[in-house]
Amino acid sequence: MSNNLRINKNNFIDQTVRISFKFNGKKLFGYKGDTLASALLANNIHLVGRSFKYHRPRGIMTCGSEEPNAIVQVGKDPALTDPNVRATEIELYEGLEAFSQNCWPSVNFDIGGINNFLSPLLPAGFYYKTFMWPASFWEKYEFFIRHSAGLGKSPTKPDRDLYDHQYVHCDVLVIGGGISGILSAKLSAEKGLNTMLINDKSYLGGSTIYQDDDIFKINNETSNVWLKNQIEELKKIPNLTIKNRTSVAAFHGYNYLLARENLTDHLSAHERKEKIRQRLLKIRTKKVVIATGAIERPLIFNNNDRPGIILSSSIKKYIDYYGVKTGKNISLFTNNDSAYETAISLNKSGVKVKVIIDIRENSNSILSEKIEKTGIKILRGYTITNTNGYKRVNSIEVMKLSKDGGSIVGNKITYKCDCLGISGGWTPMVHLFTQSGGKLKFRNNDNVFIPDENKTPSEQISVGSSNGDFELDDVINNTVKNIKIFLGLDKNNYENLDIKCSKEKQKRNIWLLPSNKPISKTKPFLDFQNDSTAKDVKLALREGFKSIEHVKRYTTTGMGTDQGKLSNMHALGIVADTTGTNMGELGTTTFRPPYTPLTFGTIVGRNVGEFFDHTRRTAIHDWHVENKAEFENVGQWKRPWYFPRNGETMYQAVQRESKAARESAGILDASTLGKIDLQGEDVSEFLNRIYTNAWSKLAIGKCRYGLMLNEDGMVYDDGVTTRLGENHYIMTTTTGGAANVLSKLEDYLQTEWPELNVYLTTVTDQYSTMSICGPNSKKIVKKIIPSLDLSDEGFPHMSFKNSKINNVNCRIMRISFTGEHSYEINVQSNYAKDVWEKCIEAGKEFNITPYGTETMHLLRAEKGFIITGQDTDGTLTPSDLQMDWIIGKKKYDFIGKRSLYRSDTIREDRKQLVGLLTDDPKEVLEEGAQLVESLEKPIDMLGHVTSSYFSPNLNKSIALAVVRSGKKLNGKKLIVPMENRNIIVTITDAVFYDKENKRLNA
Amino acid sequence: MFIINCPYCGERDQTEFSCGGEAHIERPKQPTELSDDQWAEYLFMRKNIKGIQFERWNHIHGCRKWFNVVRDTSNDKIHAVYKMGERPPIK
Ligand SMILES: [Zn+2]
Repeated sequence: MSNNLRINKNNFIDQTVRISFKFNGKKLFGYKGDTLASALLANNIHLVGRSFKYHRPRGIMTCGSEEPNAIVQVGKDPALTDPNVRATEIELYEGLEAFSQNCWPSVNFDIGGINNFLSPLLPAGFYYKTFMWPASFWEKYEFFIRHSAGLGKSPTKPDRDLYDHQYVHCDVLVIGGGISGILSAKLSAEKGLNTMLINDKSYLGGSTIYQDDDIFKINNETSNVWLKNQIEELKKIPNLTIKNRTSVAAFHGYNYLLARENLTDHLSAHERKEKIRQRLLKIRTKKVVIATGAIERPLIFNNNDRPGIILSSSIKKYIDYYGVKTGKNISLFTNNDSAYETAISLNKSGVKVKVIIDIRENSNSILSEKIEKTGIKILRGYTITNTNGYKRVNSIEVMKLSKDGGSIVGNKITYKCDCLGISGGWTPMVHLFTQSGGKLKFRNNDNVFIPDENKTPSEQISVGSSNGDFELDDVINNTVKNIKIFLGLDKNNYENLDIKCSKEKQKRNIWLLPSNKPISKTKPFLDFQNDSTAKDVKLALREGFKSIEHVKRYTTTGMGTDQGKLSNMHALGIVADTTGTNMGELGTTTFRPPYTPLTFGTIVGRNVGEFFDHTRRTAIHDWHVENKAEFENVGQWKRPWYFPRNGETMYQAVQRESKAARESAGILDASTLGKIDLQGEDVSEFLNRIYTNAWSKLAIGKCRYGLMLNEDGMVYDDGVTTRLGENHYIMTTTTGGAANVLSKLEDYLQTEWPELNVYLTTVTDQYSTMSICGPNSKKIVKKIIPSLDLSDEGFPHMSFKNSKINNVNCRIMRISFTGEHSYEINVQSNYAKDVWEKCIEAGKEFNITPYGTETMHLLRAEKGFIITGQDTDGTLTPSDLQMDWIIGKKKYDFIGKRSLYRSDTIREDRKQLVGLLTDDPKEVLEEGAQLVESLEKPIDMLGHVTSSYFSPNLNKSIALAVVRSGKKLNGKKLIVPMENRNIIVTITDAVFYDKENKRLNA
Repeated sequence: MFIINCPYCGERDQTEFSCGGEAHIERPKQPTELSDDQWAEYLFMRKNIKGIQFERWNHIHGCRKWFNVVRDTSNDKIHAVYKMGERPPIK
């Protein structure tokens, strides 16, 4: 490596395996075990991106999932490229290609950087304030805002990767692979509980696994050695599953958790082939142990965002774990003892630590004493007031803090450095705890929100630093003690460990550190990703925002892809300080899932393409395919839409099919209609209650059309029901309504009328239905079943017969949805295709024409028959549909009856169904088009077109519409205003064709 | 996502069930004798409680039976499950 930033001694990085990768097109090298971030730092690259609003140069700031700055675009393949990935979490693999985001033309020269100099003009709420007016200018602003505000680029081609979902059930789920998680998992698994340990890193052991200083000892071994042995033992336990590279995204009620397991993102393209990329684990567990640790806080001071400014604990990890020096001349800035640990690690590896600036007046822990012995300069009671260096920090300005910490005193001292470690203390990761419904309490002495044990949902526990324990002895002893109670354990090996560690004695916290300049002239960044500063929060408070949730949205603090993991606490602290509120009373903003971003692929899993939803096909489907049908999706069904011949358009095909059905014969696959078999001695009484018309007198072998309402009086579904026997009926429903109608009927039978003896069974899939219509339909059916009496007397309209086609039992109903003489043949579905082909064969001499849903809709519209769901929308009563004839006036009650004479439903100016004819018979209206009386503004909308077709049988355009007071407007002219013209229409009767129903018996 | 103890099948995931709203609202036996207001009370008025709520649930992707559930809407804790027609076991 150039620059000699890699140290040689290392247990975690395999320096024998060199890996080549590209960053912004430049070829670089790292080692197996590196992350993209550690490899970049080893190459002395700190500048990796530009900030969101001001386009300020930003560098790698952390080593984990909380990273706000180093988010990159991975890969160039338009199907596989991944935006907004944290460089600190990308494991290096051969051939990795990554790019900086949010900069143009390059990260080193970025035009948007001008925003940094315009920043006095870009305060909090800038977009809200500036682009509000005039409203019509939004379209122009939007283009620029969208182009300058984007983060990464979305893939433009379908994702080729495989994703998976898996259900997991366990006794105990432990979240977090640090020392507290490992101890919890071990105690749980040793008790014989089926345990799963989820760890978001590629290795176990958290930060203890590289803590090799002899200040930290367990049973006389350094803490890393002791833990390593525990992990080796842990891996041997059979009833424990360890999921590395897995991150819990959400913790829902009843211990239901979602986790994403990364399976191939650390592999080269070649090694990934044919493998599942990511898996969503859907976990139900009896108990949950949250051991998610804590993340280090930054400090908030002027220009605290320059590349080279890194969290102190991350500097320690880069040197101890990755063997990478983040600089050659490092200074540290802290309010607690953690920075001293970093100084010890750096010192041991031969990295010069220039100065430690500690805002505390004194510190006398074992750690600080050890540092004092090394001769590293410590400035106590000082703060940093400014940093310099545009693309990399090169010096810091230091001044003495006043006693109260609110201002600075004395003279400025400048120190040169190429890296600054900052440590503002620790924040327990309580996201999952709060997602599950847990409530936090505030601990004043070190300013942390920790789980409130009295407001913790049952069957879960938080341990380790996610529960507010930050020192080794507390972490181990409290974890062991609490897990013992939580899992009901007997005595165990961890109860009397000999633990040595440093104890922090002094604390001082200043949320916003003072500077020698007025705050308006400083840039103390809070949310590094969204570029919001302490100034913005103060401005929001001055402008009257009080709720922390409002301040968050106004300033966008905490709204980036990192969800403010670093910034939230300081934002709260500054609000509390400014308003004189106690932080505990202020509360936190809501932490919402996912904890870290999830790919869409993980969320949808295998449910893509044809597996997105179920597809239902009728038993005759293959015939339709062979005969070149175009299909329409009706719910989950694939229904033939029309059957084009010789390159016909849909319009041409439908015109031909519609004419054929009326002039000779047509055949429709109606199998998708819902079919419910009803049996029991009370079925006729039941039908009386659920349909608007009377059913008691329906004779065996007869069919009747019924309209079903909701209890609010609105039309819900319709269809024909046939009485097959004394206590046996079959009901048809609309295709889309089948499942809901069945559920509704079951509901009434189980809850309101359990005394009725009625059994319901869905037989939609068991029976297939073909409908033959047209003046020659009788001749065709006669050919298929010569023995059947088809005379109008023997087999009248609205009646039914059992029969046989060869040896196949069939039910034949003489019912019609087209107005033509028609028969519906129902057979068991496995014979349906054969019977259909027989009908086609028999109908050949009559030019029998298969037709689809479009022709069906046209033919029924000619007759003014409604389609529920197309002409109705849940706001129309039977009377609105001009179907008063179907309401059983003598019936005491039926579902929805009482609602039919509520003050609202008897209004005369309700929207009512009417027919429309265009003045120009060639003009076909658009469905959904509005109807108005005059074009004088304000224009009053009277209604809209629900169905519209060109009728080949009438040779003119026809339409159905719902119009206010439509019943009274017969003959009235209305206007259909379209984009560039107005169409004049006349309101007519809704029945356009064969008003006398002569053709039913033709 | 909670777990519901169907009185006919046992514990199942919430995804197998559908909620039918407030329980113990009986359809009036003589709707015609009700005023518009009385009918509207039955038709539209539902409680939306933060806390203990009595609900109807249907094991729609299971046995398809309707039953009653006593649920705390503030934390989704289910306090009781009982069959249709039975009296609530708690108040
Ligand atoms: Zn059930």
